[in-house]
Amino acid sequence: MSVPTPALEVRNLTKRYGSRTVVQEVSFALVPGETLVLLGPSGCGKTTLLRMLNRLVEPDAGQVLVQGTDVREQPAELLRRGMGYVIQQVGLLPHYTVAENVAVVPRLLGHAPAQIAARTEELLRRLHLPPEQFANQYPRQLSGGQQQRVGLARALAADPPIVLLDEPFGALDPITRASIRREFRELPELRRKTLVLVTHDVTEAFELADRILLLEAGRVQQLGRPRELLLRPANDFVRRFFAADRLSLQLRALYLNDLLTDLPPEAGTQIILPSESDTNIIHSSATVQQALEELSHLPADPASPAAATLWLETTAPAGYRPLTYASLMTAFGRTIQRLSAA
Amino acid sequence: MNTLTELLTFWQAQAGKLGQQTLQHIGLTAAALVLGVAVGVPLGLLLTRRPRLAPWVLGGAGILQTIPSIALLGFLIPALGIGPGPAILALFLYSLLPIVRNTLAGVQAVDAAVVDAARGLGLTDRQILRRVELPLALPVLLAGIRTAAVINVGVATLAAYIAAGGLGEFIFGGIALNNPAMILAGAIPAAALALAFDGLLAGVQRLSGRQLKRAGQVLLVSLPLLAGLYLLPRAASKLLAGFSPEFVGRSDGLPGLTLRYGLNPTSVVLAPALVYEAARSGDVDLIDGYSTDGRIRAYDLRVLRDDRHAFPPYQAVPVVRQQTLQAHPELAPALARLAGQLSDSVMTELNYRVDYRHETPRAVALDFLRRRGLWRRPRPVGGATIRLGSKIFGEQYILAELYAALIRGYTNLGVEAKTGLGGTTICAEALRTGAIDLYPEYTGTGLLVVLQPPAATLDSLGPDPAAVLQYVRREYRRRYQLEWLAPLGFNNTYALLMRRRHAERLGIRTVSELSAYLQ
Repeated sequence: MSVPTPALEVRNLTKRYGSRTVVQEVSFALVPGETLVLLGPSGCGKTTLLRMLNRLVEPDAGQVLVQGTDVREQPAELLRRGMGYVIQQVGLLPHYTVAENVAVVPRLLGHAPAQIAARTEELLRRLHLPPEQFANQYPRQLSGGQQQRVGLARALAADPPIVLLDEPFGALDPITRASIRREFRELPELRRKTLVLVTHDVTEAFELADRILLLEAGRVQQLGRPRELLLRPANDFVRRFFAADRLSLQLRALYLNDLLTDLPPEAGTQIILPSESDTNIIHSSATVQQALEELSHLPADPASPAAATLWLETTAPAGYRPLTYASLMTAFGRTIQRLSAA
Repeated sequence: MNTLTELLTFWQAQAGKLGQQTLQHIGLTAAALVLGVAVGVPLGLLLTRRPRLAPWVLGGAGILQTIPSIALLGFLIPALGIGPGPAILALFLYSLLPIVRNTLAGVQAVDAAVVDAARGLGLTDRQILRRVELPLALPVLLAGIRTAAVINVGVATLAAYIAAGGLGEFIFGGIALNNPAMILAGAIPAAALALAFDGLLAGVQRLSGRQLKRAGQVLLVSLPLLAGLYLLPRAASKLLAGFSPEFVGRSDGLPGLTLRYGLNPTSVVLAPALVYEAARSGDVDLIDGYSTDGRIRAYDLRVLRDDRHAFPPYQAVPVVRQQTLQAHPELAPALARLAGQLSDSVMTELNYRVDYRHETPRAVALDFLRRRGLWRRPRPVGGATIRLGSKIFGEQYILAELYAALIRGYTNLGVEAKTGLGGTTICAEALRTGAIDLYPEYTGTGLLVVLQPPAATLDSLGPDPAAVLQYVRREYRRRYQLEWLAPLGFNNTYALLMRRRHAERLGIRTVSELSAYLQ
């Protein structure tokens, strides 16, 4: 079996400003479609690391490879046109309309005007900015959340295989932030893409990351799946970094699949879906957090316990198992104990 | 009300000239503005890329801005001569600071995040400049051009001082002649022009996006066209004359010459301080001046003899309080020793030594007295003190020193010098009130400035020096109890001057010959 070429690979990347080393010997490789979150406290070097990927900052040592090719082999501008770029301050061109902003990169690439128009319209629609209303507005007429959506549309307009995001939701209020993040997660456009996202928000990192790269003082503290950082921290820094949010992170980092062996056996496996509850189904690939959210939406009716039951759909073995607060939390506790002990 | 009528009459009479000057003014301003934009904007953009240079460049431009405009023109004349060159250069230098500073400020004010995002999306530096920074900096940049335009309209009035035309010709002519209507005739259109430029550019500033781009293009095309309006009379004729504004306006100046000799040379207007320099350097061939000016000697100029007496007599004469003469009978004989001793050429020589060799007026005065055998050792002071006045230029200082030495040598009276008394009216007033006892005055000045007789009287006096002296003597006695003594000999009047070699080559010695040559 041949190893696929990483979509994006970083080798021993180092950046110094004067005598201060901002990024030190960082390496990672991303498979196509993977989402890497660069996480760490302010000033840890995560933004500098991100900006070295599209050569907004030139490294002092090390290499960045896109599809196996060194990024220095082409002019920086051409490289950047092939990578989406979203920043916290959005940075929409204030003298361009929404549509013109979205069309910047396709125009630079010389796409046909009709194609650009169609693509712009499609993206705006998908990001809940109906083009008939928003296309001809100027950025100052939009709310912060709307601006950030335009920024996202602009980054995606030329359909780049890689998108870099620097605290994309950092400037938004918590409510807008949560809803945009959900949209972001569910956007089919982004599922196929290789993403590198910078954040200092631990919850955000756990929600969006396939893998997290935790940085401190320019050094990689740990690189791995969220649960690995949580359950098997590589050092004290990693442990302390997640200490405050441990429970909520565990809820997001564990999947129902992980809990299957720890679910109370008495519930058994039903092959046939109970007819009344056909809407209350959750797949075992969901997180514990999502299961809890689903449970909280069910009517709390002690007269019909069946209605307060969530049905967990499993694939191996195929079937449905009932989930209640009690059974879920019991299983969650056991699983945490088991995984931490391992 | 009176001034208003005069103003309207003046405009009516000088409509052609007003139009021409306005066009010259617009042309000057536009030409300087084109240069200012062509140099200032790229310079400002360079500074955005090399911010370390900014304090130096802005500081330099700021220093230029603080140089008084007339001084800046003065600096430029040795290098560039007179005419449009130095005028446009000076205006250009003044427009530089606002344009450079606003270009820099405009680009720096562009949100860093916008530039960062643009770069991150793959715009090249040039694209960022053209599509992001320049369009976003444009309102601030235009504000700078607007400031520069208004400054230029104002400073361009000074162009009239160096033969570059414009509305300043009326303004400075009016100032020289103390004619408010004439000043307003130039100042009102100049102010209107400033408002028009300002309004036009303000309108451009208010446009948005694409309109602004269009307006910018229109401006780029129209400014050089406006600059093309700028046309000056150049020596298409045999000679080019450069005259000071006062000479052009005074009835005993150029209009008198035209009347007596039919002389009407192609001419430009120049600052009085610059006419000699312009003649020497060959920028102009014929100038007005004063017949005893030291520069006649210094620059090797020739005074054309006023053979038909167009210029009024300005004989230098000591004017003394009668009271003083009666109280000190020994004073008059002492003063009389100088009578008739100073011819035009002798006075020119003395002025030359003071103004150009920088000898002190006292040294020059004493040397002159010694050579004439008039000098005597000062006598011990044993009486009253005579207070000597003088106006504020070299010739008057020399005369005051001559009289001081004579009074000390020939009488026992003390002398107190009160030199540097501003102008004619200050001296005359000081003498009348007894603040001074005597000062040297010129007959023509006493006649026109102090006595101001009706036109009929002036006509009857005509250009006869003796008649004028007799008239001022009689009137001063009657009105002020002041006495005009015997003339010193020279006549410091208006004169037409040419470079000596040039005049010799053309065989011109008198104004009549000049007039004949120009016919």
